[in-house]
Amino acid sequence: MKIAVCIKRVPDMESRFRITGDGKSVDEAGLKFDMSDFDGYAVEVALQMTEKLGQGEVVVVSLGPDAVQEALRKALSMGVARAIHLKTDRVPVDGFAIATALAAELRSGGYDLIMFGKHAMDSMNGVVGAMTAELLGLPNVNSVSKLEVAGGKGTARRELEGGAEILEFPLPAVVTIDEGIARPRYPSLKGIMAAKKKPLESKPVQLIAPRLEPTRTELPPERQGGRIIGEGVAAVPDLIRLLQTEAKVL
Amino acid sequence: MPNVLAFAETRGGDLRKVALESVTAARKLADTQGGEVHAMLVGAPGIGARADQLGRHGADVVLVLEHPALAQHSAEVAAATVAARVKASGYDAVIFSASAQGKDLAPRVAAKLGVPMGSDVLAFQRTGGGIEVKHAGYASKVIHTLMLTASPAVLSVRPGAIPPAESPKSGRVEAVQAAMDPGSAKVVVKEMVPGRAGRPDLGEAPVIVSGGRGLRAAENFRLVEELADAFGNAAVGCTRAVADDGWRPQSDQIGQTGRTVSPRLYIAVGISGAIQHLAGMRTAKTIVAVNRDKEAPIFKVADYGIVGDALEVVPVLTAAVREAKKGH
Ligand SMILES: Cc1cc2nc3c(=O)[nH]c(=O)nc-3n(C[C@H](O)[C@H](O)[C@H](O)COP(=O)(O)OP(=O)(O)OC[C@H]3O[C@@H](n4cnc5c(N)ncnc54)[C@H](O)[C@@H]3O)c2cc1C
Ligand SMILES: Nc1ncnc2c1ncn2[C@@H]1O[C@H](COP(=O)(O)O)[C@@H](O)[C@H]1O
Repeated sequence: MKIAVCIKRVPDMESRFRITGDGKSVDEAGLKFDMSDFDGYAVEVALQMTEKLGQGEVVVVSLGPDAVQEALRKALSMGVARAIHLKTDRVPVDGFAIATALAAELRSGGYDLIMFGKHAMDSMNGVVGAMTAELLGLPNVNSVSKLEVAGGKGTARRELEGGAEILEFPLPAVVTIDEGIARPRYPSLKGIMAAKKKPLESKPVQLIAPRLEPTRTELPPERQGGRIIGEGVAAVPDLIRLLQTEAKVL
Repeated sequence: MPNVLAFAETRGGDLRKVALESVTAARKLADTQGGEVHAMLVGAPGIGARADQLGRHGADVVLVLEHPALAQHSAEVAAATVAARVKASGYDAVIFSASAQGKDLAPRVAAKLGVPMGSDVLAFQRTGGGIEVKHAGYASKVIHTLMLTASPAVLSVRPGAIPPAESPKSGRVEAVQAAMDPGSAKVVVKEMVPGRAGRPDLGEAPVIVSGGRGLRAAENFRLVEELADAFGNAAVGCTRAVADDGWRPQSDQIGQTGRTVSPRLYIAVGISGAIQHLAGMRTAKTIVAVNRDKEAPIFKVADYGIVGDALEVVPVLTAAVREAKKGH
């Protein structure tokens, strides 16, 4: 069982974000970074799968500048066997450009399963996984909240609005991982030491010309909340009145 | 070619509301340059009967693909057929809803066409250089304006962002063939797991009553359910803490790693208001919070806060809402 997990390095979403001088993007200088949440779940799912099978290899792939090696190292310290850094000078906003580069790397890797996050926490797009699957011509299931693999076949649960579906598919396949499936383990000290000796291959890649580019990025106005109308059940009549007359939602 | 193609989403043989939203969105885009709207409708034999509703919302042509195997949605067949149609007929834009189904289909279609896409778009506008879209990023803490210069422009539009509007057009039905044998799809739906009946989806509900660990025990969610029932049109949400504890299904989770919602009214009961929870609900029109701790961060975003024990306040609130509803 050979599994690839594509991980993106993103800023800590608890940060207070600022906009760059040109008004186009988020200023990422000085922020803390980590692998994107759902990507961490995907790494955990992959590790658990190979641990359960008692065989197999998990490989992580990340595209971006040298700084993404930090996220790759973290995955190595969680237990991943090796890492591939697709080196570019920036991470494009255009998800198709990312997918094209990832697909070119993954095509000849002989992977049984290729995993992605449902979406990256910064882009919030949810497109790179499915696009990569298409480019590779592989079966694809997105937003998976349960996953089992046995005998060359996979079974996945996917949440829908008001319900879910259970899908079956042959391997090799591409899945994107949703909430509820696993929480990433913390790297152990031993894992961190071991990671230093694990292979991390860095190779330059050429991106196709972007056709989706930011022209402006804004911070939405802060909510004007903070009004406590009272304490306990005594405040209920006031709340009803405000919902009727002021908010007009009742 | 100035025509716009909209994907008309169905479930269980019926159009979903987002199908009408997609057609409405396509109409807006087509009207800016005098193009037609074509809607793609896929399902079991008989689904074509839904075409008139799409016509009423602005579809000039309804492309109907009927096949017995398509009683069950197949993303593979739908994506292949939409992409084949776009390649054969040429469209200026292809519109999906950013629903579960649309988010799954749109990037497949875009990749088959070799183009990027605007995902989960809040608003869009045609400009000289292409199509400009608004999109929330960074855990919904920023709003990006992005320029999409690829042709065709593939978009998935946030449910609720473009409410369905009538704009009667002929809705002429044209039968189309599947671009692949529906029986040969590699991914097959083995089972549909129904949700709880009688409640709107979190993404569509005008009112959401949401509970956190402050409810103390799974069985106390009954109070939240009853408050939702009193509103009549409310959905029930929860925090990750509660979903992790198994009190509620993960699909009810609202926040950074759960659903993103913008109802008219969001009532947070026993929820601390962690930044990851706020990421999913801060765009609600009105926020009410009930929390025992007056320092809880949820009060910083709440329009109306009540400091108190949820187990005492919620039943009284439920009775008062019932009473207020009766008065209407
Ligand atoms: C990467 C990551 C992603 C996350 N994603 C999400 C997400 O998508 N959604 C999400 O919700 N969380 C998410 N979290 C978790 C989040 O940080 C919080 O831990 C969680 O939201 C807390 O849930 P809570 O408010 O139910 O519980 P607590 O934080 O424990 O709050 C309980 C509240 O109830 C109040 N209370 C107690 N008793 C009563 C009573 N009797 N009556 C009234 N009030 C009472 C308390 O004062 C307290 O404010 C994420 C965390 C991480 C690290
Ligand atoms: N630069 C990148 N390097 C590696 N994987 C990526 C990159 N960008 C996105 N991904 C993967 O694609 C998923 C979806 O990203 P997105 O479509 O941007 O929401 C992420 O969760 C990652 O698994």
